[in-house]
Amino acid sequence: MKAANAIQVKNLTKTFGEFTAVNNISFHVGKGEVFGFLGANGAGKTTAMKMLIGILKPTSGKAQVANYDITSHANDVKKNIGYMSQRFSLYNDLTIKENITFFGGIYGLKKATIKTKTQALINDLGLHDEANKLVGSLPLGWKQKVAFSVSLLHDPQIIFLDEPTGGVDPITRRQFWEMIYREAHKGKTIFVTTHYMDEAEYCDRVSIMVEGKIEALDSPKNLKTQYKVDSMNQVFLKLARNIE
Amino acid sequence: MNIIRYIIQKEFRQIFRNKAMLPIIFMMPLIQLIILSNAATFEIKNIKFGYIDNDKTPYSRELVEKFNASTYFNVLSDYPSAKMAKSAMLNGDVDVILEIPQYFDRNLVREKKTDLSVTINAIDGAAAGVENVYVTQIIQQFNKNVQVDLMLYDTVNDRPQTIETIPLFWYNETLNYKTFMVPGILVLLVTMITLFLSGMNVVREKEIGTLEQINVTPIKKFQFIIGKLFPFLVLGLVLLTVGLIIAKLLFNVPIIGSIFLMYGYTVVYILVILGIGLFISNYTDTQQQAMFIAWFFMVIFILMSGLFTPIESMPQWAQLLTEFNPIKYFVQVMRMVMLKGAGFTDILPQLAKTLLYAVAMNGLAVMSYKKFT
Repeated sequence: MKAANAIQVKNLTKTFGEFTAVNNISFHVGKGEVFGFLGANGAGKTTAMKMLIGILKPTSGKAQVANYDITSHANDVKKNIGYMSQRFSLYNDLTIKENITFFGGIYGLKKATIKTKTQALINDLGLHDEANKLVGSLPLGWKQKVAFSVSLLHDPQIIFLDEPTGGVDPITRRQFWEMIYREAHKGKTIFVTTHYMDEAEYCDRVSIMVEGKIEALDSPKNLKTQYKVDSMNQVFLKLARNIE
Repeated sequence: MNIIRYIIQKEFRQIFRNKAMLPIIFMMPLIQLIILSNAATFEIKNIKFGYIDNDKTPYSRELVEKFNASTYFNVLSDYPSAKMAKSAMLNGDVDVILEIPQYFDRNLVREKKTDLSVTINAIDGAAAGVENVYVTQIIQQFNKNVQVDLMLYDTVNDRPQTIETIPLFWYNETLNYKTFMVPGILVLLVTMITLFLSGMNVVREKEIGTLEQINVTPIKKFQFIIGKLFPFLVLGLVLLTVGLIIAKLLFNVPIIGSIFLMYGYTVVYILVILGIGLFISNYTDTQQQAMFIAWFFMVIFILMSGLFTPIESMPQWAQLLTEFNPIKYFVQVMRMVMLKGAGFTDILPQLAKTLLYAVAMNGLAVMSYKKFT
């Protein structure tokens, strides 16, 4: 196994009773890569991601994240990853500052570190006026940006984003992807699920999951050539339609 | 250690930010304490009493007058017939009917013996029992007077020896029901608030989705659980303090025993309740489910705690069940320490059982909390 890989997945399977949500998938994600993890609703993306972030036990197969086994060293995995989910994950009844303090605190950051990080985060996002406002009162797009920044507080090597831009306007989406790229340039690995095919075009490589299996995995450019179409949207439709 | 501090800080922020929750946590129990302590009494007064006097002689009137003079009975009416009295009881207009037979006076004087019929509405069996005792007492007293009357004509030698008992009531000399009830109701309030809040807390984070975020952090289970439960332990103790102040100032309930002992025991006790709450939280997906399950346990715990009905009069199997009722021990300890001034060794059995319970419940709660499923 190459040390250069941030994520290494081999024959990973998850079944719930009779239903196989993730069916024997294998892939790897290189360090510093922006990896798009696509699939229709119910294709098994979220289940696969939950196994990789160490909150769901695989039925069979192996995976390493940041060189730690996800079953035997789940806590080491967790120290090295950041996670932001589609279900909004900050506390609405706390202010931006209080959320930062809390999440920084439970990752074991020092008080002084939390203070400087809070200041930096607020400066970066230009939220000086909102820092002491309850998160619940912010527009969705801002919340997502704050949530993303909070998931970076403990300086993780790999960042998992589960539909981070769901329900957000195009401008904010654009800004959000700029934030993602900035982190990728710093050498962080990004693992992102999305339903927006224009976002898929931004990724270094994408995989497309259909009914628990990875049906395609390559760079967007190669995929388009392979399927003889000119957008990721068409690649996606072709794959999903073939199944039906 | 620091990590736990951050969780505690966050929990307190959320509790104090919730404008609706704070009054619920503090005002509701206090109002309950004041209302319930005044209302929940077992004393039976103002018994609705009716009679049918088929004799209408001085003796029969004297007997009725005895009931009239008692503070327990309200003499309502003289029913002309047994039939009317029965329909009055059916309507709930009367609780006790005394029927004085014809020739009551004559039989009493001539044969020194007569019968009386007493009918008691026994839908509430406990109340009926108490009413029966009152009726019997009054009739016995009447009997004694009659004996004295009659003996004037008779030989004095026949007069039976009577034994009179003068009861001494310890620990609550005046038989004040509030003294008995306030410590018990205080127990219920502390239990309810801590059980409901802890039961709903973790499941609430499950509902919102923030629990998933927490589970993705490297935080340890015990850190999370201690951080989550500690604020409710503090709230429970604050509630106890406010309750004790009210008990002392408003109800003048004596606090004879050691305050430290009371608080020490309460800490162990609240740990049991928080363990149960967390356990419920782990096995439910919504706050609604958690609430229903918490209620289920609460009702059983309350009714089988010995607070309202004595445990000694429960069937054997039920008495065994009460061994698993934490509220029972808390009620006992509070009454023992507050009213009897019991010391550490006196409450040791309760303390040991509660401690064991706390260890078991929290162990189960920690085991059932899964970061990784």
